[in-house]
Amino acid sequence: MKRYSLSSIFTEAFKDNLGWEKAWTKGQPKKEYQIIIVGGGGHGLATAYYLAKNFNVTDIAVIEKGWIGGGNTGRNTTIIRSNYLQESSIGIYEKSRSLYETLSQDLNYNIMFSPRGVLMLCQTEHELRAMKRTSHANRINGVDTKMVAPEEVKEIVPIININGPRFPVLGALWQPRGGTARHDAVAWGYARKCSDFGIDIIEQCEVIGVKKKREKIVGVETTKGNIKAKKVCFVAAGHSSVLADLAGFRLPIESVALQALVSEPIKPIIDCVVMANTVHGYLSQSDKGELVIGGGADGYNNYSQRGSFLHVEETVRALVETFPVISRLRQLRQWGGIVDMTGDRSPIISKTPVDGLYINCGWGTGGFKAIPGSGWATAEMIYNEQPGKLASPFSIDRFSEGRLIDESAAAAVAH
Amino acid sequence: MLNIYCPICQRDCDETELSCGGQAHLIRRDHASSDKNFYEYLYERKNDKGIIFERWRHVYGCGKWFHTARCTLTNQVFGSYSAKEVQPPKSILATIRRSRVDFKGWVK
Repeated sequence: MKRYSLSSIFTEAFKDNLGWEKAWTKGQPKKEYQIIIVGGGGHGLATAYYLAKNFNVTDIAVIEKGWIGGGNTGRNTTIIRSNYLQESSIGIYEKSRSLYETLSQDLNYNIMFSPRGVLMLCQTEHELRAMKRTSHANRINGVDTKMVAPEEVKEIVPIININGPRFPVLGALWQPRGGTARHDAVAWGYARKCSDFGIDIIEQCEVIGVKKKREKIVGVETTKGNIKAKKVCFVAAGHSSVLADLAGFRLPIESVALQALVSEPIKPIIDCVVMANTVHGYLSQSDKGELVIGGGADGYNNYSQRGSFLHVEETVRALVETFPVISRLRQLRQWGGIVDMTGDRSPIISKTPVDGLYINCGWGTGGFKAIPGSGWATAEMIYNEQPGKLASPFSIDRFSEGRLIDESAAAAVAH
Repeated sequence: MLNIYCPICQRDCDETELSCGGQAHLIRRDHASSDKNFYEYLYERKNDKGIIFERWRHVYGCGKWFHTARCTLTNQVFGSYSAKEVQPPKSILATIRRSRVDFKGWVK
């Protein structure tokens, strides 16, 4: 792999830019691998990357049904934060956020990480109280957040209307180290580095069956033929239940469509991320100038990757009240992704009833921010054949054992 | 937007009038049953990509619960039936089979 650097840009400029290589090699499946990762989104690629980087395992195939970064990795609103309430969530999300800080250097790929700050508004007394509790929990666990008063909110975001009438801003939880990154670049950067390690990235290859021998995994059946493997990990977000069904078990997951939209591009008006959980909407501005807006998930199971119009309207209506300046903007694009919701709104990184089969799913509406940390923890689990410190609270057993990691209050809808 | 028939009001309802209650026909066992049974009732879901049977409540209407058959991929609705049914009635299954020849039937 040719390194990207100032000198490589300089030299290529004099060669009509003809010398650039493909970022990653389109692989064809071999007969057998040590580890197969099913799902070539951010989490799957990060898992493969950290298996290679931290544990020197490179006999890996990453199998993707569509194309790299075409699922939820390329459909989210790119928010990165770690201001969670529970200790176990803070552990994995803060690990992830700190990995994001140096990810561009690690991957030699500019992921455009922009720690512009994340502001979570409190628009009811109850939310204010809950956020104060979260800020204390953050402080105990070493996450840099603080509560700010309404006047400070106005200073950070001059376009905001803090006076209501329906939902006045009573304060906010401010995480200055949170922010955004270029979502596609995260997937592409990991894919490029994986390819460099010799990991096969196989696109347009759907898993249609799971091969088991006495409740132990021996391989997968795909649209490009059978592939044997000692270990398999499902990292398929919204389609995890479909894969689990092939392997013969069920998951505590429901798939719903979550939508986002962008406005037409305008001059810079907002330089941080604002999340308004009471009214279901969050807003940031992309480098192109579009306002990136995310909203609520549909209230019913669905795999349609579209979502309903009424949720778009609901989101925009709420945001116009908080940001009157955006009322005349036109919508440029709108899209949906299928997110995997668990009962406690926390992810699953776990072994499964099938020996040698692991699963990473349940990130729901907030998986993007967790990509590096999730890959790190999943790689550790697959290599050691048991979850490490970061992953162990997130096992499937927690639902029957009653030790839920309740984060449904961490963000009413938005992550 | 979904348009679902409420068998109590006997009319089609807009999605905004309704609230979804998730997978139908879950079995609730008594309080002495095992952790596994409670896990199955509270959390484990089929979450099928295709035909599902689910509970809906006509919140801004009669306020009653009923069951609906719907495809999660296309959002096609195949009809509603009473919440008292312990499994999907034959008429609903027949409606589904008419448009989906590969439909394998209801699985518990």
